[in-house]
Amino acid sequence: MSKKLLLEHIDVPGINTYEVYRQKGGYASVEKALKSMTPETIVEEVKKSGLRGRGGAGFPAGMKWSFLAKPDGVPRHLLCNADESEPGTFKDRYLMEKIPHLLIEGMIVSSFALGANVSYIYIRGEYMWVSFILERAIAEAKANGFLGKNILGSGYDLELYVQVGGGAYICGEETALIESLEGKRGNPRMKPPFPAVKGLWQRPTVVNNVETIAAVVWILNNSGEDYAKIGIGKSTGTKLISASGNIKRQGVYEIELGLPVDEFLNSDEYCGGMANGKRLKAVVPGGSSVPILPAELFYKTANGDARLMSYESLADGGFATGSMLGSGGFVVYDEDACIVRNTWNFTRFYNHESCGQCSPCREGTGWMLKVLNKLEHGQGSMEDIDLLWDIQRRIEGNTICPLGDAAAWPVAAAIRHFREEFEWHVKNPKLCMERNYGLLESTKKFELVS
Amino acid sequence: MALIKVTIDGIETQVEEGTSILNAARSIGGKIVPPAMCYYSSLKGSGGKCRTCLVKVTQGSEKDPRPMPKLVASCSTNVMDGMVVENTASQDVIDARKSIVEMLLVNHPLDCPVCDQAGECSLQDLSYEHGLSTTRYEFERRKFDPIDIGDHIKLHMNRCILCYRCLMVGDQLTNEREHGIIGRGDHAEISTYLEKSVDNEFSGNVIDVCPVGALTDRTFRFKSRVWFSKPLNAHRECTTDKCSGKSVLWMSDNDVLRVTARKDQNNEVKEFICNTCRFDKKDVKDWVIEGPAHISRDSVISQNHYELPITHKYKALENTAKPQ
Repeated sequence: MSKKLLLEHIDVPGINTYEVYRQKGGYASVEKALKSMTPETIVEEVKKSGLRGRGGAGFPAGMKWSFLAKPDGVPRHLLCNADESEPGTFKDRYLMEKIPHLLIEGMIVSSFALGANVSYIYIRGEYMWVSFILERAIAEAKANGFLGKNILGSGYDLELYVQVGGGAYICGEETALIESLEGKRGNPRMKPPFPAVKGLWQRPTVVNNVETIAAVVWILNNSGEDYAKIGIGKSTGTKLISASGNIKRQGVYEIELGLPVDEFLNSDEYCGGMANGKRLKAVVPGGSSVPILPAELFYKTANGDARLMSYESLADGGFATGSMLGSGGFVVYDEDACIVRNTWNFTRFYNHESCGQCSPCREGTGWMLKVLNKLEHGQGSMEDIDLLWDIQRRIEGNTICPLGDAAAWPVAAAIRHFREEFEWHVKNPKLCMERNYGLLESTKKFELVS
Repeated sequence: MALIKVTIDGIETQVEEGTSILNAARSIGGKIVPPAMCYYSSLKGSGGKCRTCLVKVTQGSEKDPRPMPKLVASCSTNVMDGMVVENTASQDVIDARKSIVEMLLVNHPLDCPVCDQAGECSLQDLSYEHGLSTTRYEFERRKFDPIDIGDHIKLHMNRCILCYRCLMVGDQLTNEREHGIIGRGDHAEISTYLEKSVDNEFSGNVIDVCPVGALTDRTFRFKSRVWFSKPLNAHRECTTDKCSGKSVLWMSDNDVLRVTARKDQNNEVKEFICNTCRFDKKDVKDWVIEGPAHISRDSVISQNHYELPITHKYKALENTAKPQ
């Protein structure tokens, strides 16, 4: 049983209420921080912990905090990015739904560390009911003196607001989130200036993922060094993984980073292995944006080392033979899954969610979708596969925000690892329509693990 | 302000701190200037969207000589001291630009033969210079019906490349913006509130800033190809606040076919004009003619085959048009 930092008390009945949460040691970090720590020492602790942003990019949180500009007389803000919209990712929802006070507690100490007096939780529109849960938790915290004026007599004021978005994937990009929070169209901004210098209302702003902020609580209750001891190498601490697909036990798991992928997928403590006696075909380890990995490359890196659930190990080999940990959306595909259809589905999502600001992403995603439409419906040709490769190459790196890259990577990886399956679709137009199934050809290539 | 050094395609120049790479290139001029479809120097906040002005920064600055990892939009990236930029010198940039042009044309109807903008269209020039002669796009393009937004302006959403320039005109020149972008991605469109008209004294400037034929002048619609009309610089005493009164009359014989604001060598309007000047003053007598307008661009209307004869031909007209 690995260590649980975030979900330790998740099964306690009534943990979503203030009383039970407080009994279980909740809000201790607020007391500790406000009474015995300074903002600088908190930032220092977070830096020592090696905590990395859990939203997908994996940028060290402490470093992000220390970049925050602190001009005199200008208010600063902390924004919590709860716009969790990556297909395959549902960890933040679970956390906020079950144990909302953990996020509130994290927001209070993080805001204190950054010197923010007004902080926001930006939550996606589809999580409307979660926003009610959070608002109730905020009201409870406020009634007990953990929010509002002069918290615990320390002289520190904090107001915390929940803002519900309109349900756009693009608003999970931090500058688009800021625009949306300001009441504008959620288009990403040009960088620089970065939010740390000019963010919300042109004020210095830090945007962090829900899980990152929640992890700060444990770090303060214990210490940065203790947190850094958990995990492996630069991937410190624990990570919530949203496991889905044809596995025996889908759900949200808290794992210690560095857990072998084999153990995560096949042990009964976690996913419990493939369901219905199917064999593993491929895995998307970190949400729809990251490259898909075929079974053989999933278990072992190109060097032959066993792959671990960590930022470094999953990225081993670059995009040629590796992937990314991303936001932890762990999607498992069994032998019946059709990679072409899956790629088509992802591309449909990115086409729908592109903000339409810059041309490569706006037009490129639509073009890729149409080409994939043809291939998926048995009307494609071999040239279409090359065309698809060429389009994604032309989107990647040429856009304002990472959505262009996120749209291009899954297509690139699908063609890179499963080209036979695309070709199979071209050669067997009728069969691929009758059954979603590129298996016949592609399984021969991979030594599938039962 | 301190001058800093920047090298673009091997040409060294000195510019003020805070200048964008694009403006630094424009100060040098010539072939090294990256094309820009959405950046507009007289509109605040424009740029960064079309990605046609991507360039490669091979040296970040004197202090930090590392190259930038990706191509950057030259219109929204400021120069640093000792920066080295490659535009046409870099094959990556040429390839990327070709891709962008292809992307911009993916949903463009290419209806130049019936488009009023043909001849003075930035997209036409851009694709002529950087694009392919064929298309790899074989699907149906997005379709919208052309609609009238107001008495004077026609919107052809099919042709729009979503540069956001017209929104900035609405925000920065008129009292209140009456149109916006609805939807997102490739299904986004310029629209007014429930087809209400765009009707403001400076709304006509959206026609001038539109790089393509998405917003055209209804009073000029289908009257003439632009290269058959003769541009004359003219001005009038305009009483409207903020209107420069400086314009270009596009003539056919003695008729004023249309009035536009003056564009500089970068195809940008610096001094905007009001709707009265643009749409209501269609008589030569309303204007003081200054002489033929020189259009210093590479497109078909700038071939200058008419410039000399015009001076001669309109001499008489010029005299009559002067105020008594």
